[in-house]
Amino acid sequence: MLTLDFGFLTPAVVSSYVLKGFVFSLQLTLIAMLGGIALGTVLALMRLSSKSWLTLPAAAYVNTMRSIPLVMVILWFFLLIPLIIGRPLGAEMSAIITFTLFEAAYYSEIMRAGIQSIPRGQVAAGYALGMRYGQTMRLIVLPQAFRNMLPVLLTQTIILFQDTSLVYAIGAYDLLKGFEVAGKNFNRPVETYLVAAVLYFITSFSLSMLVRKLQQRIAIIR
Amino acid sequence: MSTWDWQVFCKDTIDGEIVPRCFGGAGDITYLDWLLSAWGWTLSVSLLALLVALAFGSLMGILRTTPHRGLVLLGNAWTELFRNIPLLVQIFLWYHVVPALIPPLRGVPSFILVVLGLGLFTSARVSEQVKAGIQSLPRGQRMAGLALGFTLPQTYRHVILPMAFRIVIPPLTSEAMNIVKNSAVAFAVSISELTLFALQAQEETARGIEIYLAVTGLYFISAFAINRAFHFVEQRVRVPGMIGGGH
Repeated sequence: MLTLDFGFLTPAVVSSYVLKGFVFSLQLTLIAMLGGIALGTVLALMRLSSKSWLTLPAAAYVNTMRSIPLVMVILWFFLLIPLIIGRPLGAEMSAIITFTLFEAAYYSEIMRAGIQSIPRGQVAAGYALGMRYGQTMRLIVLPQAFRNMLPVLLTQTIILFQDTSLVYAIGAYDLLKGFEVAGKNFNRPVETYLVAAVLYFITSFSLSMLVRKLQQRIAIIR
Repeated sequence: MSTWDWQVFCKDTIDGEIVPRCFGGAGDITYLDWLLSAWGWTLSVSLLALLVALAFGSLMGILRTTPHRGLVLLGNAWTELFRNIPLLVQIFLWYHVVPALIPPLRGVPSFILVVLGLGLFTSARVSEQVKAGIQSLPRGQRMAGLALGFTLPQTYRHVILPMAFRIVIPPLTSEAMNIVKNSAVAFAVSISELTLFALQAQEETARGIEIYLAVTGLYFISAFAINRAFHFVEQRVRVPGMIGGGH
């Protein structure tokens, strides 16, 4: 039976190996969330428009992204981005672009449901007030859709945070990688993987508790 | 950009010579052989993990709807545990940590560990769906069962579960498709499945686009086949007059 020894994980070790990775994981989550929601909203509006030259490409994009494993999407972008821009791009930058474009597909499905949950009368009221399409969407529909969907958007973000560990496939230095490198250097892989799991668990679990609280509050306001 | 070179799949994996008819023989392996064997690994991991996920997920989902607080707590704890740790980290736990802490598991092949890891990760999601399915039934169904003198297990067996499982087939379909996609993480512990093939063959042949296209296509076909299989089951078990049922 192996005895566990966490003694080597001193604050100095944690800050030199793990902190950098944790910061990158959070950065990646945050950028992909903001970019993904923005792009996803555009995709959702495209899919809900009445013009087929807008709906078809948006639907194709979303369905393609959603039917490929994320690891393969990460590998695809890591292969294609240098071919397109003509020079190699670091694994971290490639991960940020990939996750933003990939998550946009998932966020767009959430926003589409959110927009469809707004009664038609709201749109009609906007037009009746003399607003144009853009104004109706920006001032009336999207704020309500966004608020209705906030818990779901945040739950997707927790999944996104967990999925950032998959940048392992292209060797980007994230939270998991930080623990892995520390485990290799101190020859303590069992302990480092355990601590990594606990840290991911605490982060995701407390975030999902917060989302649950928020959901109750939003439900009361309505 | 250069032109397509699909001949890459006919190459021998050792000397890179193009083999006529693309399939190697007598100990030689072409990239096409390797691709197909990798597809086999992806399918085996996915299907076995699906069985694990359905078994444990259904059990935990059912426990969470019973009137016993201890069982509800067990089901909730199970679900939160397996839902809040990233799949890749769970795979590493099964591969590096579990055998180190539990010596009898030391000789277990990594294929089995990945099946357990992927299966139990997905069981948390299945448990959510099964719980929601059971709770979507009118409460009178359970009361009627108990009032007829059924014990609680009998009520589940004959009254609640036959309807609940029919209701959850559509969400379980997407979980089953997710398993095929998620099986890609098995590459991280050197299971020779499609993603590992993609990584290694891309490096060896430098024909990344052709290799990735083939692998992506096979993932797509696999997920679609699972979708059709579940759809077939859904049609077969339909109850006329019930939700989504025919007439």
